[in-house]
Amino acid sequence: MAGSTLASPSAEPAVAASARGVSVSPARETWRRFRRHRLAMISALVLGMLILGVVVGPFLWPVAINEIDFSAQLQGPSWAHPFGTDDLGQDILARMIYGGRISLAVGLAAMVVATFVGVIVGALAGMSRRALDPFLMWVTDLFLSLPQLPLLLLVIYLFREQLKAVFGLEGGVFVLIVVVIGGLRWMPVARLVRAQFFSLREKEFVEAAKASGATSWRQMVHHILPNAIGPVIVAATIEVSSAIIAESTLSFLGLGFPPDIPTWGRLLFDAKDQLDVAPHWAMFPGAAIFLTVLSINFIGDGLRDALDPRRVI
Amino acid sequence: MASPILSVSNLTTSFRVEGLWRPVVKGISFEIAPKETVAVVGESGSGKSVTALSIMRLTPPGSSKIEGSIKLSGKELLTLPEPEMRHIRGNEVAMIFQEPMTSLNPVLTIGFQIAEALILHRGLSRSEAEAETIRLLEKVRIPAAKSRFHEYPHRFSGGMRQRVMIAMALACKPKLLIADEPTTALDVTIQAQILELIKVLQEEEDMSVLFITHDMGVVAEIADRTVVMYNGQAVETGPTEDIFARPTHPYTRSLLSAVPKLGSMGGHTRPMRFPVVDRATGLSDVPTETSDTVAPASERPVLEVSGLTTRFEIRAGLLGGVKGRVHAVENVSFSLQSGETLALVGESGCGKSTTGRSVMRLIEPLSGSVLLDGEDVLKLDQRTLRDRRKRMQMIFQDPFASLNPRMNVGAAIAEPLIINGLATRSQAREKVAELLRRVGLLPDMASRFPHEFSGGQRQRICIARALAVEPRLIVADESVSALDVSVKAQVINLMLELQERMKLAYLFISHDMAVVERVSHRVAVMYLGEIVEIGPREAVFGNPQHPYTKRLLAAVPVPDPARRLEKRPVSNDEIKSPLRAPDYVPPVRQFREVSPGHAVMIWGQEWETQPAIAKVA
Repeated sequence: MAGSTLASPSAEPAVAASARGVSVSPARETWRRFRRHRLAMISALVLGMLILGVVVGPFLWPVAINEIDFSAQLQGPSWAHPFGTDDLGQDILARMIYGGRISLAVGLAAMVVATFVGVIVGALAGMSRRALDPFLMWVTDLFLSLPQLPLLLLVIYLFREQLKAVFGLEGGVFVLIVVVIGGLRWMPVARLVRAQFFSLREKEFVEAAKASGATSWRQMVHHILPNAIGPVIVAATIEVSSAIIAESTLSFLGLGFPPDIPTWGRLLFDAKDQLDVAPHWAMFPGAAIFLTVLSINFIGDGLRDALDPRRVI
Repeated sequence: MASPILSVSNLTTSFRVEGLWRPVVKGISFEIAPKETVAVVGESGSGKSVTALSIMRLTPPGSSKIEGSIKLSGKELLTLPEPEMRHIRGNEVAMIFQEPMTSLNPVLTIGFQIAEALILHRGLSRSEAEAETIRLLEKVRIPAAKSRFHEYPHRFSGGMRQRVMIAMALACKPKLLIADEPTTALDVTIQAQILELIKVLQEEEDMSVLFITHDMGVVAEIADRTVVMYNGQAVETGPTEDIFARPTHPYTRSLLSAVPKLGSMGGHTRPMRFPVVDRATGLSDVPTETSDTVAPASERPVLEVSGLTTRFEIRAGLLGGVKGRVHAVENVSFSLQSGETLALVGESGCGKSTTGRSVMRLIEPLSGSVLLDGEDVLKLDQRTLRDRRKRMQMIFQDPFASLNPRMNVGAAIAEPLIINGLATRSQAREKVAELLRRVGLLPDMASRFPHEFSGGQRQRICIARALAVEPRLIVADESVSALDVSVKAQVINLMLELQERMKLAYLFISHDMAVVERVSHRVAVMYLGEIVEIGPREAVFGNPQHPYTKRLLAAVPVPDPARRLEKRPVSNDEIKSPLRAPDYVPPVRQFREVSPGHAVMIWGQEWETQPAIAKVA
């Protein structure tokens, strides 16, 4: 039916929905819509509890992470050790609480770095109509083609000591890992954002904004970026999980945190040799990573839906 | 009447929406006799396309149900098992669709695609099928059919592709051809060719045709009988002549009154509103001519364009050398008084939209000057340009694409005010309420999002946004082309009313000659980037001089069934492309003044040799 304009099927219920609330602020409207996404709300609750657990945990469970007790090796969960013990008799719960701080912080920080860099590069490339776009895409392709492990080795050998001097042992490694993981994972986001910008910048509503005197900056921030944000959120949530896993890979290779610092990934790797006698050792950190990744993915889903006014919730 | 080919009785098609069965087509009945053309006409959402899909049983199974009875030559289709139905589709009933650009597979040759259907359905051998394909391509009047057999779809223009689709539909000699808006996406001269072709083929092949359209002009051109649909119901059925001469249902009357008729403006010099018909009672008010809004000639024009040229370079190869140029706008000059409407008309690719965008400097023109109140827009730096943009605004074609889906309507309308620093946020809110009222919407709609509005409402919002900065000039780029006829009439009435009230100058870009005749004071006809004829509307429409203007006017479907029986030869002209070699130097054009203000380009030999497709309308 051309030449004709069909109202979207969602039109009717949406009118009814917005008729109730008279002029609510966009932030509150987004929150109202997010709350109605049940899975996302449950996930937000789970993630909130995980974060709360690792933050206040040490006060509620004041057991030292490196208290070695050879009389309690590889014990299953009990009242004394709710998550059991490892091969040195260290309390896994205490180690997980400590390691969770690092894992969650690394995951979230690396996601922020990767998404931030990716969006900036993608947006600049997507807005540019001259030489900047090909140049930035060359850079992106270059980063994609870099062999990551040798590069990591190089970066860590070159900068570990300097960073340690500035931020302290753990701080230095943290900054290094976040920068390395974030710096090597922004390319998919950049490509995604660029592609979105390419299609959106030709849309008539962007042209309409331009025709009413909007600067390129305003076109980008008010019109193009909000419409490109859906896929970016999804990509960003995937970034979190891969950053947590990447951190454990690095730790496993001896490139990340020192072996005595128990991140979730580290715990998993340590547990793998005793999987047959002490499955609980791997299960708890595994479950923690699983829950984190899952809940962040669902939160991303919910955010994407809540931010899209066309979707009726 | 002989026993009908197709008889539809009490057809009801429902779709399941959120667990409820919602009827979309509500108990319609009609018959199609052999060799008869029946048109189903209605606005968007009236259920006309669903009717066609129901006959083919192509509605999604599971989430739709079809009730009633559909008999094809006496055989009930609704109870037929699926394998037999598959045999009916293509063999006995063929269908052509609206979008010729997407209905052909781009990686297979035209010939292969048609031959494939012949081999499958009619069991021909490959060589037989190829011979038959060439015969079919010749039948749909594709020039040099034999040599085009091995070409891919992208080498064919829209009109030619639609011909290929028709050839494919004819492959199995169907008894009934269902054409679902087959000409809507085509230019008006191409539309005339396709309609003519369908008429001729119907005679040659003894087919019946079910023609689905929203265009009353097309109905009058092609249909023996007409079914008018509204809201899923057939509100009026009868011979086309009767429906046009004596519409009984109020809806039919309102539909017909909203259809602009070419040539109905004789004796009027100023634009005219569309009559408004009450859908319930069928009573109509008397359309009025707008008051004289055009500023006297002694005043300086709002917009003076001279020598405007915009070209796009086609680069290719390793070093990106220029391989050709699209001469989208070539040496275009015109002026526009305050309160005046100048229409730019022409077919797709003629450069009318590029002209509008060049004037707005949304595209950087190559040369020329655009004086807005005496100031050359093309010489402004970016900052001043942004400031001057509040004096000229644009309304776009697609009301769905021209509003940011993530911005509520209030923010969208307020945006130009905020950008230009014309109002604080609270002032803007008041202004938005006033603007919404002015375009016939409610102020409390400001907090809603664009997807909650219909097409016509959205176009009103776009108009409100354009008016926010109180511009002197509005460039309306196909602003009403995407709207249903009745909505189109309302939006045009609104634009005329606003022009009277605010002394706006409109640069009205459109391909629709009938609408242009209704709304404009002056008309400029564009062809391949150049203005070939410009002058007062009455002069251009009443006394067209350039062969292209004549051709355009002749191709417009006229909602007058009496013209239907006139035979016109089928022509094969395609719309030419303004793509030229890099070393092309555009010829210097001379203009001749026909009457005061009415100038026509002096045309060369190429126009003399071309057969006109019709007598002058």
